[in-house]
Amino acid sequence: MKRRQFIKQSSAATALLSLGSSSMHSLDDVSKRITILHTNDVHSHIDPFGPEDSRNPNKGGVARRATLVESIRKQNPHTLLLDAGDIFQGTPYFNYYGGELEFKLMSMLKYDLATIGNHDFDNGVDGLLAQMPHAKFDFVSANYDFSNTVLDTFVKPYKTFTKNDIKIGIFGLGIQLEGLVNKDMYKETIYHNPIEIAQDMSRILKEEEQCDLVICLSHIGYYYSDMPDRVCDLNLARSTKNIDLIIGGHTHTFLPKPTIEKNSEGKNVLVNQVGAYGLYLGRVDFYFKTGKETQSEGTTILI
Amino acid sequence: MIFSCDSDYYLSNIKGERLDIDENLKSDPTIEKFIKPYRESVNRHMDSVISYAPDSYSKNDTQYNTAIGNLMADAVLEESDPIFYSRTGKHIDFVLLNHGGIRAAISEGDIKIRTAFEIMPFENSVVVVALKGKQLVLMSEFLATGGRAHPLSKTFQLIINEDSSVKSATVDGQEIDPKKTYYVATNDYLYNGGNRMTFFHPNDSLYVLDYKIRSVMIDYFKKQDTINPKHDNRFIMKTD
Repeated sequence: MKRRQFIKQSSAATALLSLGSSSMHSLDDVSKRITILHTNDVHSHIDPFGPEDSRNPNKGGVARRATLVESIRKQNPHTLLLDAGDIFQGTPYFNYYGGELEFKLMSMLKYDLATIGNHDFDNGVDGLLAQMPHAKFDFVSANYDFSNTVLDTFVKPYKTFTKNDIKIGIFGLGIQLEGLVNKDMYKETIYHNPIEIAQDMSRILKEEEQCDLVICLSHIGYYYSDMPDRVCDLNLARSTKNIDLIIGGHTHTFLPKPTIEKNSEGKNVLVNQVGAYGLYLGRVDFYFKTGKETQSEGTTILI
Repeated sequence: MIFSCDSDYYLSNIKGERLDIDENLKSDPTIEKFIKPYRESVNRHMDSVISYAPDSYSKNDTQYNTAIGNLMADAVLEESDPIFYSRTGKHIDFVLLNHGGIRAAISEGDIKIRTAFEIMPFENSVVVVALKGKQLVLMSEFLATGGRAHPLSKTFQLIINEDSSVKSATVDGQEIDPKKTYYVATNDYLYNGGNRMTFFHPNDSLYVLDYKIRSVMIDYFKKQDTINPKHDNRFIMKTD
């Protein structure tokens, strides 16, 4: 097992971060950087919350997110922008336009990929299909089998990207629909166990597709404290291997920084989720070096 | 050496952070311009006036039953019954909603489409459940012990004792017959066990009306020039 070294956010790590820009910059010179940006559970929150809002005054807003994403892309063109589902439902924009505006705006922000949340079925599989022409990005879900629905061929299990010569494989996972979504909405969509599917997907992406970076875009929820064994991102991280990052959704979990979990081989997996409503943008930068990972080096995680 | 494949790279560093989206970021003018006509169209429609409220009504105004809750339950009865009758030849006996499902107050002044969205931001819709009278007994006990002003239509009356036991429960003025089948309208959330209302199961059948509670409210408001909801005696505690 490779030795992994990581620096948690502490006074020492903060100090390292603050002198950091120069050390990070030198890192850029010798390594390839991939920037992953992500949202989840935006729930049709297109406009920022107003100043009078009791919980999130003046926060969020797609037009502001666009500015931030663009500035990060200028720093690093090797950036992917992802969404972990529940794009729909939550403001009248969805009731009036059925998700058209959400998809059009995400396309303008150049989202690369999204997975499907339970609320994305709120107008049925037909309602989701009707909005597909407005999405210039793709959808992935490996554990929903849509083959007996109108969404067949519109949703792939995974997608790979090559950025800066680094191959990135991203697969999607969705939550159990029975009891959560009306059957008339999801129709003949078949749900498979996310953990079994993830074990299979990570093998395909790592071994067959030879990806350097494997990401899971999940809408199964971060963790259920009342049901610790329920399928969730943390249990997924622990019972799989070869996944580098799990980007989650559904539980509206506001993580101030990514969680580091150990996978089935004892290696580190990052699990992240940025709450809901577009109040935050998650950012994870991966730095790759050429050559083989040596015993002495290992991966440094700075969070 | 030719870097032909991925095995030439390894992950050396990872850095993760959360970025705030707030007023410190300037809005992208292209995106802002694109949203504007959608926003204006939605707002124009949302701000159209559909009725008038002579007073303000909140779900915390009174105990056991409230003017706003009574209005909602009666609106569901009035608006859903013709649909149910046309499909089944049967009438809805009464309506039960949940107190927590009233998400905002009605303020004195114009009632707009927006008001209906504020009261009911969720997509819950009307279902009619065929329930045996013995289930209604369980329901009455649930309402009596909870003591919350879960909205009931005017066709159901529940009187409870000071010890929170049921004194009487009637449908259209008649005692509940444990063997009779009643048609109870509620929303899909409660039918599925929301708010611990487990008494909707077992049942004889379920009728899905495909009619959102919010649409019920909009349709109801449009028919009223001025609303006149009242706190009454449909759910009360008998103190003497």
